Order: sequence, then structure tokens, then C-alpha cells
Amino acid sequence: MREFKILAVVVFFTALIYWGVEPFAHSQMHPHVAPADFAFKDLGANTKAGDPKVGAETFLSAGCTGCHGVAVANMPSPMDAAAASGSFGVVPPDLSTAGLIYDKNYLAALIKEPTKALKVQHKFNEEKPHPMIAFYGIGGDIDQEIADIVAYLQSIAPQKLGDKEVFADACQRCHDMKYDKVFSATDKTALKAYMGTLPPDLSIMIRAKSKEYLETFINDPQKNLAGTSMPRVGLNQKAQEQVVSYMEKVGDRKKAERDDLGYKLIAFMAIFTLLAYLWKVKIWKNVH
Amino acid sequence: MAEIKKASGVIDWLDQRLAVKTLAKVLMTEYWIPKNINFLWAMGVVLVVLFKILIISGIFLLMYYKPDINLAFDSVNYTIMQEVEYGWLWRHVHGVAASVIFLVIYIHMFTGIYYGSYKKGREMIWLTGMALFGIFSAEAFSGYMLPWGQMSYWAAQVITNLFGGIPLIGPELVIWIRGDFLVADATLTRFFMLHVLLLPLAIILLVAVHFYSLRIPHVNNQEAEEFDFDKEAKKYLEGRTKESKVVPFWPVFLSKDFFVVGVALTGFFYLVCYHYNFAMDPINFEPANNMKTPAHIYPEWYFLWSYEVLRGFFFDVAGIAAMDIGLAAFGFANVIFMLLPFLDRDTNHVAPAHKRPLFKYWFWLLVVDMIVLTVYGKLPPTGPNAWVGFFAALSFIVLFVALPIITKMEAKSGGER
Repeated sequence: MREFKILAVVVFFTALIYWGVEPFAHSQMHPHVAPADFAFKDLGANTKAGDPKVGAETFLSAGCTGCHGVAVANMPSPMDAAAASGSFGVVPPDLSTAGLIYDKNYLAALIKEPTKALKVQHKFNEEKPHPMIAFYGIGGDIDQEIADIVAYLQSIAPQKLGDKEVFADACQRCHDMKYDKVFSATDKTALKAYMGTLPPDLSIMIRAKSKEYLETFINDPQKNLAGTSMPRVGLNQKAQEQVVSYMEKVGDRKKAERDDLGYKLIAFMAIFTLLAYLWKVKIWKNVH
Repeated sequence: MAEIKKASGVIDWLDQRLAVKTLAKVLMTEYWIPKNINFLWAMGVVLVVLFKILIISGIFLLMYYKPDINLAFDSVNYTIMQEVEYGWLWRHVHGVAASVIFLVIYIHMFTGIYYGSYKKGREMIWLTGMALFGIFSAEAFSGYMLPWGQMSYWAAQVITNLFGGIPLIGPELVIWIRGDFLVADATLTRFFMLHVLLLPLAIILLVAVHFYSLRIPHVNNQEAEEFDFDKEAKKYLEGRTKESKVVPFWPVFLSKDFFVVGVALTGFFYLVCYHYNFAMDPINFEPANNMKTPAHIYPEWYFLWSYEVLRGFFFDVAGIAAMDIGLAAFGFANVIFMLLPFLDRDTNHVAPAHKRPLFKYWFWLLVVDMIVLTVYGKLPPTGPNAWVGFFAALSFIVLFVALPIITKMEAKSGGER
């Protein structure tokens, strides 16, 4: 009985310390933030129904192709990576998959007012304009025109993409993933000047930040890291899950092996403990 | 020279040359341990097992680790964690064991304090044990630097900087320790040397002395009862094993220890595979960046109490800078446990804390105070946190100042009550 009392005391104090320095301390250091909002409610909704055919024409008249390529529609990027890095700081995205990976409302808001959707108003203003120029309309109802463009982008996008491809389109313009030999096309010097700091390599970011953190962070970086120069990219829920799953595949490659081996190690030690206990009882029978 | 005869077997052959039978008696079968003990007495063997695990896993890690600020991070996080078969296992085992060993060290140490196993002939056990604690701390700190992650770098920055507060030689000492004006490649390579060679060597030697220091005063027991070990050993050897107050180290004492080790390692492998973040701080999976200070810099959990004693004194007093008071208190915290046998003035009387009228309160207050220090050592030192830290740090010092007084009072009132 005495041994159990002592054990209870040891376990109690150990648990108390653990609680204090882990869950409690982390809750104090990293205050809880609201869950990810994949509806991007702060941007309001564009309720107009878009027509992809009209959108195709609007897309061309709006001047999007001045900077963006659309490979699926045989529209190559107007500049190579080096020239684009020099002009914009970061290579503008090819829009082939935009309709699949980005939220519809977000895209509409982005076209209308980029810095607001991206949440980079603290970095860009009239003196220092964002490289993406806001769309002011081509003469008709601007919301209808935007809805058409979004409908067009959705119509040309592929039905589905692999995790790595989503990462390439959504993250890789700025971030490397060197443990998977994946590197950003943007010139590093230009990127550093544009972002203020070199965006981190994401190879093992999953271990550094955890899935839960990335969930809210990618959805809205300002929420977890106020003032960061990382824009809100506007991924829909499925695309974001694919990005996180890719990060986990690269950054925690041995997870399956670890989960599987754990049971075996614990079972081995449990059997050892049982045998040790039986041996102990046998030996101590003679001395007690 | 001994007379060498034709050996009757391998054991006999060895015995004639190395006296292995006598050696086995001295070290194992006739090394006597009190019978009246509980599982806390198994912590020493648990520590030995964890230390062996650290050495073995460390040797495997050493085969792929590269002590160079440009290569270290990827050699750990890519080569070891991803490329090498089961490299991740060795790293997780090493990281988790390094953290868990401190928990067991603290349990071992507080067991010694509770049962009074540090005085009346057992001073050398305590002193070598506390020296081991000090070297283990240096070993942990130097090892933490090696992956060259964010916290490796910033912890090195903050801790080496502390030496700057030492009067007269401070600034030069910091440069001497770092081997550079900043924490840099020279710092990493020298801490690598300390971690894999000098400190482990010192630990192994000190462990041997620690074990040896037990031989003369013998292991304490649950009631701190003093008895004649030779007489009890004789009883045991005569076959009166139930009546004897002692048991041999092998197989009786170790059979219980193996069971305790089994329980400990079952939990250990759970932590290694499923619950390791407490020992492998996620922030250290970001590469060191001297341009980006982490939002929160804190040491590993086992250093938090002394770190909080350092931070606790956050305001200047009578013209003395807060930093200097903190440093003095930090120095106090790091040597005061060493002096415990000499601060306890009830020198002639050994008893477990629950049989000591004042010491029992002192003991539990110390435990609670150190837990408060540990928890607040991690929290941001702002607002009320700073004040909790201040009072906890002050209490820590007051407790040790009060110890000679209350133990003297116990000694005067005399004996067991």
C-alpha cells in the first residue's frame, strides 16, 4: 500500500509539472485564435452568377494576361521567371488551376481589391502599390464582370490535382521545399527585397508548427502572426488540406513507421515488465 | 606471484588471473542493500539504464551528425530523421531520454532529501550526486545546441551571455567560452566536443565515484534505521534470509529494479513514438536564424526553476541592477543544493521527513516552490507573472537561509518525536 501512495505522490507532481510547462504554458504563450474561415466572410459574397463564356472575353479585355500565364488555355506567361522576379518581386502565378484551389468569393474579392483580400494593407498603399493592379471594370456591372471571370477560371481548371501540385501553385512561388528537391522559381534576391525577409523553407515546417497551427495560419496568417508579410492566399478547404498533407509527407516522412513501431516497442517492454515482475516475486518470496 | 594451475573451466581460468569470483561477490552477490526500501530506491538503476540508452543512441547519431553551422541542421533533420533507416528512432530516443533522465534525477535527488540520505556519513554520496547533476546540466545544454535550430542558437546566445555578468572578467569570459564574438561555428564545434567527449567522460568517472561512495556508509532505508550490516549479512549467508535486514544486490535487489525499469521503459517508448514534443521542442525544427529572435525564449523544462530564480529579481534594489541581483541569486540556486549536508544542522540524527517536526514542512514547501518556479519560468514574465516569479525566487532563497535555523531547532528539541 505504501508503495502505491508514494507512486501516487510522484505521479501527481510529475503530472502537475507537465501540465504547467506544456499545455498551460503554451495556452499562455500562444493565445487561442478563431478557427479557420473558409467562407472568407470578412470579404462579403459576390452573389452574381457568372458566365464562363462571357468571362473568357472579359478576362482578355481586363488585361490579366499582361502578367499572368494560363497554360491550360495556351497562354504562356509573358515573362520568364528572372524578368518577372525583377519586375514584380515574385513570379506572378499561372492561373490554370486558380478556379480549383482558391475559394470563389475570395477570387472575386481579390480581383476587385487585391490588398484587402490578401490582407497586406499594412505593407502596400498608394505610395507603394501592390504589384497586382485592382480591376476597375470594363464598363458594365463590375460585380457581374468579376463573377464571369471567376466562372471562366473555374471552367478551365482541372477536376483535381495532386497534393504536390497544389503546393506548387499555392506556395512555391515564395517557398522552397528542399527536402523534396522543390525550389521556388522566383529569384531569391528579388524575393527577399519584396517580402522583407526570405520566406522560410517549408521542408519540416509541419514539425515546427503542427497541423493545428497551420490550419488557421495558412487560412489567415495575420491571425497567428500579426504583421507578417505573408499574404492570405485564399485556398479553399480541400486545397489547404492537400497542402498540409504534402507538408506532412515531406516533413514527417517516417510518421507511419513511427506509429507502427510504437506499438511493438511498448508491447515488448510490457512483456519484459511482466516477466520481470514474476521473477521478482519468485526471488523475494525467499526473503520476505 | 599466484600459483597458476590447470584451469577446470573458463571461469576458473579467469578466476586464477582476475579473481572474478571475488569480484562478483564484492560487486554483486555480497554487496548488501537494506531490505526495507521502496521503489524510489530503484531510481539509481533507472538512471544507469537511461544513461546507457543515451550513450548508445548518441553513438548512432554521431555517425551521421555534422558539427558545422551550415550542415548541422540538415544532417539531423534530413539525413538522420529521413534518410538513415530508423535514424528518427535514435534521435527520438536520444531527445526523450535526455529530458526524462532529468525527471528521474529530480526524483532521485528529492528521495535523498526526504529520507535524509545526504548526511551523517553520506555526504560524499550527496556531493558526487550533485556534481553529476551539474555535469548532466552542461551535457544537456551542449547537446541542445547541436541540431542548430532556433532554440539551439538563442538558448546558446542567452546562456553564454550570462557569464558576462561576472565581475571583472565577464566580457572576456563570454568571448572565451564562445570562441568568437558571437555564437558561431567555433561555439558549435567546441560544444560538440564537450557533448561527445569531455562531459560524458567526466560523467562516467563521477558515476564510478558516486557508486563507490555508497560502499562505506551503505544505502539508507525507509526508516533511516541504523544497523550492523556485517551482522545482518552474516544472517543472510547463514540462510536466515527472512530474518536478515539486508539483501544482496544480485539477484534480489536487481530483480525488483528490473521490474521498475520495465515499467519506466514501457512509458518511455510511448513518449518516444507518440508524445515527444515536450522533449523535442517544435521551435527547434526551424533552422537557427540570428536575424529572427523567437517570440519566447525559454530553456528546457528542467532548467526552468533556476532560470526563474534568475529572472525573478526584475527591479533594481538600492542602486544594484536587477540583472546583477538575478545573477547572484542564480549562482546561489546552482550551488546551494550542493551545500545541503552542511546546512542541515541536525547532524547526528537521520530520519525521513515525515518524522521530522519542522523539516517535513520545509521539504514540501521546497517542492511546491520549485514547481511554481518551473511553471512560471516558462511563462512570459509580464504583469502578475513577474511578481509570482519574484516571490517564488525570494521564497527559494529564504527556505535555504532558514534551513540551518530550523534544523538546529530540531536538533535541540532532540531525536524522534
